[in-house]
Amino acid sequence: MADLAAKPKPTSPPSWPDDVYRVLKEADVKQVAMVPDAGHSRLIRAFDADPETRLVTLTTEEEGVAMLAGAWLGGQRGVLLLQSSGVGNCINMLSLPAICHMPLLMLVTMRGDWGEFNPWQIPMGQGTQAALEAMGVIVTRADTPDDVAPAVWGAANLAFNTWRPAAVLIGQRVLGAKNFKELARK
Amino acid sequence: MTSPNALLHRRDVVNELLRDRGDLLVIAGLGAPNWDVSAAGDHPNNFPLWGAMGAAAMMGLGLAMAQPKRKVLVITGDGEMLMSLGALATVAVEKPPNLTIAVLDNERFGETGMQKTHTASGVDLAAMALGAGIRTSCTVRTMEQVTEIRDLAHRGKGPVFALVKINPEALVFTLPPADGVILTTRFRQSVLGDEALYN
Repeated sequence: MADLAAKPKPTSPPSWPDDVYRVLKEADVKQVAMVPDAGHSRLIRAFDADPETRLVTLTTEEEGVAMLAGAWLGGQRGVLLLQSSGVGNCINMLSLPAICHMPLLMLVTMRGDWGEFNPWQIPMGQGTQAALEAMGVIVTRADTPDDVAPAVWGAANLAFNTWRPAAVLIGQRVLGAKNFKELARK
Repeated sequence: MTSPNALLHRRDVVNELLRDRGDLLVIAGLGAPNWDVSAAGDHPNNFPLWGAMGAAAMMGLGLAMAQPKRKVLVITGDGEMLMSLGALATVAVEKPPNLTIAVLDNERFGETGMQKTHTASGVDLAAMALGAGIRTSCTVRTMEQVTEIRDLAHRGKGPVFALVKINPEALVFTLPPADGVILTTRFRQSVLGDEALYN
């Protein structure tokens, strides 16, 4: 079972975060708002090292929805990096890009789907896509490493060219499922 | 002159904050601060919120970072600010010099029947902003102090947080456009020029 729980085609390190970084740079992203997730750590490090990008750590994810609305009013594009649990924190704030026809690009690393170990992650993980779609966010899933960068490219174009909120859900098959029992034994 | 013991009137405060506004950019929190800012004069450089409670301070931050040469003033209420206390921490960490947040504190949820907010029981938002790390944070009780905040907002040595204690009066609504697309588009066109209309 241990082998099946690993990432589908383990490459070390995974290259998709670097591809996503390039896609976001080409999309002219200048503000990166985030509540950290392990799945986003490589992308966060890339933006942290990028003097052209403002990387802002939030106390809660809905701050980022509002911050990027302000950025758009001022002529800058941004991206919100969050974990699926944080989508729940954003729900009412998503009124803002919806009613104002503002772009919002959200990259969501999933918990509570493929191979999840922690039962507490299931309710919000299973509700993530429905919650986003209920608030008018266009959702694309990426469940293999090769899917991620094209999905982000597509969502960025949707967001910034049609002035809508769009999210990419990066599945746990890409990120690898955590096994707390193994972690607890170490 | 205003007696220090008399509560300020919210429209006097907002009229003074927006006096000779120049190219000041203004975000107004939902409810009475929106109507107050609109009563001072509808303006394309206003973004008055009709919803998204808790958005005002963070919208101000995103806008201030995107437009570092412009001054940004957020005018919101105590209820709206209480909903996004974490934003004070985020603003403090980012230290935008061109951002001022003025909270009109009537210690009430004004739109819903004047129920008391936490500030009525002693919760001190100016102390919380200071504790978060916004060094210029004060409680304002006189029009002279309002003028000082107005001048600070134009000077750009922020971030500045001002808690303005106001009378819990219910005033006639002055409504700006309600359509979010109109508000967004006219703001962007005013700030960014006509190219903001095109992809």
